[in-house]
Amino acid sequence: MTKLQFVDFGGNARVVEAPVGSTVMEAAIKNAVPGIEAECGGACACATCHVYIDDAWQAIVGPPTSMEEDMLDFAYDVRPNSRLSCQIKVTDQLDGLIVHTPERQA
Amino acid sequence: MSDVIKTDALIVGAGPVGLFAVFELGLLDIKSHLVDILPKIGGQCAELYPEKPIYDIPGFPSVTGQGLIDNLMKQIEPFHPEFHLSEMVASVESIGTDTAPLFRVTTDAGTEFETKSLIIAAGGGSFQPKKPPIPEIDTYEEKSVFYAVRRMEDLRGRDVLIVGGGDSALDWTLNLQPIARRVTLMHRRDEFRAAPHSVEQMRSLVAEGKMDLRIGQVTGLRGDHGLLSSALCRGSDNAEFAISCNAMLPFFGLTMKLGPIANWGLSLSENLVPVDTEKFETSTPGIFAIGDINTYPGKLKLILSGFHEGALAAQRVYRYVYPDKRLTFQYTTSSSSLQKKLGVEA
Repeated sequence: MTKLQFVDFGGNARVVEAPVGSTVMEAAIKNAVPGIEAECGGACACATCHVYIDDAWQAIVGPPTSMEEDMLDFAYDVRPNSRLSCQIKVTDQLDGLIVHTPERQA
Repeated sequence: MSDVIKTDALIVGAGPVGLFAVFELGLLDIKSHLVDILPKIGGQCAELYPEKPIYDIPGFPSVTGQGLIDNLMKQIEPFHPEFHLSEMVASVESIGTDTAPLFRVTTDAGTEFETKSLIIAAGGGSFQPKKPPIPEIDTYEEKSVFYAVRRMEDLRGRDVLIVGGGDSALDWTLNLQPIARRVTLMHRRDEFRAAPHSVEQMRSLVAEGKMDLRIGQVTGLRGDHGLLSSALCRGSDNAEFAISCNAMLPFFGLTMKLGPIANWGLSLSENLVPVDTEKFETSTPGIFAIGDINTYPGKLKLILSGFHEGALAAQRVYRYVYPDKRLTFQYTTSSSSLQKKLGVEA
């Protein structure tokens, strides 16, 4: 299991555990983390699981693919560290990952 | 006033569950009309994941969203369903009784139906334009901020700011450029997901000085009484700037909202419609809810559950449409009368 930390817009953090191979979005939904909607269920088709990757983790998580970058056009307040959490696969390297959820998804 | 369309069943939502309901109703000689807010048939399957394989449709180890819709359309062909696309059911009025329900249903395009049963198969609700959460944007909506263009003429001679990088944003940029006073397209990056041909056309208009392209995101609006005077923006380098405009069209894709269903007098539970599990009927006799939009103990939001729900709802609709007839249960494999309806008699 990999530990993931979600920090909401107000600065409240919660840590959840996610199995390797699942996605960051799935971990958020399973644990009812507020601030992630995932309307389309992980098809990279709605941009409602938008997160900001913590500065310290950006290099490890890496940039979005071009399909994800296209879908990010539909998110609000997109920043250089924006990702769609349904497209981030949980690996051992991501143990301790910190992501920030935006003020709102849509 | 246009003629009222009289029908046995009106289905709200042309997704997989609404389409299969046409089949189950058709086997019982019940004619269906369907209304959908999208311009195309298929609901989420066609809009959100046309190319994604679905692995839990019984009998299909794998089928894409669009593939499933295409197959359903072929399956219901014998029943000649009539579609009313790009229309949203705006109001539902009961004009019958609990034992002989009748509803007058009106869409936002003015189409009127008189139906003996109403089947809500609206999935996650209606697809509506995503509203960017810019402070106070609601005070400008329908006055100078528009999520769709109903009449191009309304934008003649105006300074139009179009926001987004998809096909809607690019199409409207190209359509409005000749009639607006000035069109500015704003997008968060200098790459576009829209069709390459439209992007090329846009870039040559920019090169000829006939329109502007700005890279950035809108952060605020300035104006008076809902009339926009400028949009405050932040560039990718975090520099702030303003764009003077008196109309703004944001194109950020679609999201699902329950919409007017909330006003139809039905009991709701957390934006879902509670139904019984015998007939999938709502708190109003004659109004049914099937698929993702309904809720009951043990509900699973699966397409296959919606198929089952449609089949059971159809049995009850039959009693309203043919109160004096007896319904005998038949199989499509062996019933010659069902096969005749399907046009497959031996």
